[in-house]
Amino acid sequence: MTTHDNLPAAADHAQAIEQAASALPAHKPRRTDVDPRAARRAERQVALMFLGSAVMTVLFVVAFVAIPVDRSVYIWGFGSVNASNIALGVTFGLAIFLIGAGAIHWSKKLMNEKEEVQLRHSLASTEEDRQAAIEAFEDYSADSGFAQRPIIRRSLLTAMALFPIPLVVMLRDLGPLPGEALRETLWQPGSRIITDPTGRPIRPSDLALGGLISAMPADLPLVQEEEGNLNARAKAAIILVRMEPQEIVSQQGDNWDYGGILAFSKICTHVGCPIALYQQRTHHLLCPCHQSTFDLADSGNVVFGPAARRLPQLPITIDPEGFLVAKDGFAEPVGPSFWERGDA
Amino acid sequence: MKKRSRRRSLAAGLLMGGALVVVGSGYAVVSAETTPAPPAGTTSSVEQLQLGRQLFLEGCSSCHGLDGEGIAADNATGGNGGPSLIGVGEASVDFQVSTGRMPLAVPEAQAPRKDVLYSQDEIAALAAYVATLGPGPANPTEEELNLEGANIAEGGEIFRTNCTQCHNFAGSGGALTDGQYAPAITDATPKQIWQAMVTGPQQMPVFSNETITPEDKKNLIAYVESLKVEPNNGGLGLGRLGPVTEGLFVWTAGLFFLIAAAVWIGAKVR
Repeated sequence: MTTHDNLPAAADHAQAIEQAASALPAHKPRRTDVDPRAARRAERQVALMFLGSAVMTVLFVVAFVAIPVDRSVYIWGFGSVNASNIALGVTFGLAIFLIGAGAIHWSKKLMNEKEEVQLRHSLASTEEDRQAAIEAFEDYSADSGFAQRPIIRRSLLTAMALFPIPLVVMLRDLGPLPGEALRETLWQPGSRIITDPTGRPIRPSDLALGGLISAMPADLPLVQEEEGNLNARAKAAIILVRMEPQEIVSQQGDNWDYGGILAFSKICTHVGCPIALYQQRTHHLLCPCHQSTFDLADSGNVVFGPAARRLPQLPITIDPEGFLVAKDGFAEPVGPSFWERGDA
Repeated sequence: MKKRSRRRSLAAGLLMGGALVVVGSGYAVVSAETTPAPPAGTTSSVEQLQLGRQLFLEGCSSCHGLDGEGIAADNATGGNGGPSLIGVGEASVDFQVSTGRMPLAVPEAQAPRKDVLYSQDEIAALAAYVATLGPGPANPTEEELNLEGANIAEGGEIFRTNCTQCHNFAGSGGALTDGQYAPAITDATPKQIWQAMVTGPQQMPVFSNETITPEDKKNLIAYVESLKVEPNNGGLGLGRLGPVTEGLFVWTAGLFFLIAAAVWIGAKVR
């Protein structure tokens, strides 16, 4: 049985086509069909586009070889731009665009555009075919005894329902569980605080009132050198801000500041963007990604945005040499929430 | 009796006057010793201070008070709500006035950068006068602003750690809360960038010379200067704001081009 089986019989075929064609509006010839000059002009235009593409391809290679990558050029309306990038982009873009445009122009102006009629059979199967299919299904169903033997039917359905479970269980092996890694940072009691990225220890007097500085633990550069990744930095990054001690409404622990200097994790608790848009007058810290806003004068609580938890505070003090150090590690995991984190 | 008493009161008056002169001049000497000397590199002569005082009274005192003590915002008394200028230092005055932010045209969420109203000399005089009200951050020296030999790569690292979150990776600025914004710093001169760091204008935190040293500041400013002359390697910069303007451009200009091409392909030829 082929798809042509239910087309009209051959004798009717030509007649049906004629009938369909007569229902169409009369074919109007294009200018290029009746005027040889217009046709020649269209021919020239198409050829020009194809040749233009060829020229652009050659120019692309020339530009690639000839223009130094660091040469910049001033283009009106664009400003100062990289000459090589612009030349490569324009030539390559035009090379491919002109092939397409030429082909479209060719087909629209010169290729035969006379309407043609093709017959299509109806999409549905014939009534006999459908009846036969239903009969066959019922026959085979009765032969299998699927309906008469419920114990087989139910045990098969049970087996098939359980079968996907190993696939789900195997998901657990996709990678090691995070363990304690997400709860620990490099900060320990006595960790010295150094400026990021310049790596200098900080005295309390270094930070002006209303001041802000990004900081990291003193052992981070070494750890990063050994581990060769940025995981330790991603967890340990902090910011230090200084405000008048009486401006501090609340803190996450007693005397976790040092003379109005507060240390907070620099990692947003929403999805972990580094966060340091600090408005020194309102003491609000904004996340640039989704506008979560934390009030650093009030325990780093969320005042706006999608973050669900306050920004963890690092308790700080000074060491005998007078430099700022961590009094203790972070009391809670820093950064975004994770499955095993729990509510705390 | 009457005469004697008058003479006695005259003597008492003379004594009082003499005592006042002694105490006053003594206080002047003592306070001259405790008042910090004007920062090195500035020539705050008496005439300059007088000019500064004059300009201050004319242009600033209606909001900041006759002695820079500040005026509380109060509709009842018509107080304009200018903060105290005692201890803001010459760097702050120079920054605010040389960027046109002060004098303020209207009180709004944030003072915008606008045309400068004072000459260089007048700004210097104003700054010198306000610096006498209390010690505050000084202007950078010529040597500190000499960017020759600065480490642009390290400056870039400092910039990306401490500045990009507000001022954008290319210094194009960005939004804050309540109608406030971090301005583009591409119009700022090296001196103004330095002044902004040490004074923390408006919502900007202070980046003191101890946490970001003068050497760091020099590197950082050299990096910002390099951003200004860097060409847009991708073609149109679109304000160097990143995916927002780039996406908008593609969704308008790019989509318009695609629709125009589709219309052309489908149009019937006559």
